[in-house]
Amino acid sequence: MTQGSLAPSESPALSPGPLSGPQPANLGDILERVLDKGIVIAGDIRVNLLDIELLTIKLRLVIASLDTASQVGINWWKADPWLSADAANGSDKRALEEENRQLRSRVRALESRSRHDG
Amino acid sequence: MTAERGWVWMYGVAGDDLGALADGMAGVGGGPPRTITAAGLTAIVGDVGDREYGEVALRRNLEDLDWLARTARAHHAVLAAAAERGPVVPMRLATLFASDAGVTDTLQDRAGDFRRALSVISARSEWGVKAYAVKPADPVADPGRLASGPGAAYLQRRRAELSASSDARSEALASAQAVYAELGRLAASARLYPPQAPDLAGPSAPMVLNAAYLVSDDQATEFTAAVSELAARHRSVQLALTGPWPAYSFAGQGDGPGPR
Repeated sequence: MTQGSLAPSESPALSPGPLSGPQPANLGDILERVLDKGIVIAGDIRVNLLDIELLTIKLRLVIASLDTASQVGINWWKADPWLSADAANGSDKRALEEENRQLRSRVRALESRSRHDG
Repeated sequence: MTAERGWVWMYGVAGDDLGALADGMAGVGGGPPRTITAAGLTAIVGDVGDREYGEVALRRNLEDLDWLARTARAHHAVLAAAAERGPVVPMRLATLFASDAGVTDTLQDRAGDFRRALSVISARSEWGVKAYAVKPADPVADPGRLASGPGAAYLQRRRAELSASSDARSEALASAQAVYAELGRLAASARLYPPQAPDLAGPSAPMVLNAAYLVSDDQATEFTAAVSELAARHRSVQLALTGPWPAYSFAGQGDGPGPR
């Protein structure tokens, strides 16, 4: 698997201005549609694409986007109800994991203090 | 040598007026797509082998980015070719049946769903519109007037850079929202995707809008003209238009949120 295989065929110019016309679909555009969209019917092979650890894909298409977007303050679309539930769940999950981690460390601190006291 | 067990890969479902598929087209797994008709609907399918597309192999292959890219492109190419002839409800990647009978059963069982989906996307296409924040120009340094020393000059320059980039970012976001709303007026339906990650979108231009629109075919010219017009008006973003796509984002209820 190479980094190059995900490189977009379309690279936006950095200067604003009118478009020359529709551009060919890049792999990112295709993947987000064929993996996440389209009608889901139960075939004879049960492959839940979201259960499979499509780490590279999910990391690049969803999680990395969310994190990066939040870091630079690009998160207005988070309030949009049409944001994929998956993405929303992912971000809730990270928040929970972070809270969980903090609580664990507080419990450890309290436990060690009570051992000292006792 | 025994024949390899096969599976039926389902690309999508069209009405009964799809007509013949193009000759010589290679679908997923290299074989040509064919059609199965039942309940007044046409399933576009292809035959794939167990060694690559059986349940175990499929799980492994889906995690191989190169395999996935190849398969996604092949799946998309067949759907795009079919969508040129009429409305097609795209299946999510890797919808596989043991035999044609399974496909026929599905067409019959879900006929109502497919017809509803076909009526929504009939004479309409999906268009993608992405916006990238344009990087602000470097603030002009004026060492004579500004700085009393190299440290102060650096801090001053850094402050100017940060403030310029923060202004540019808010402007780009406001433009993205305005573009999204304005194009929505020309569409039957609209959806937002999360922005693509920087290594997909290009390292120096953060994506601030990644939207899909379902546009009536007789409004397509108006829609694309509106994108150009918005691109000229909103200088803080670079717009990219893709399409027309098969109506992936508007074709039905998945197990995720459905279309409006």
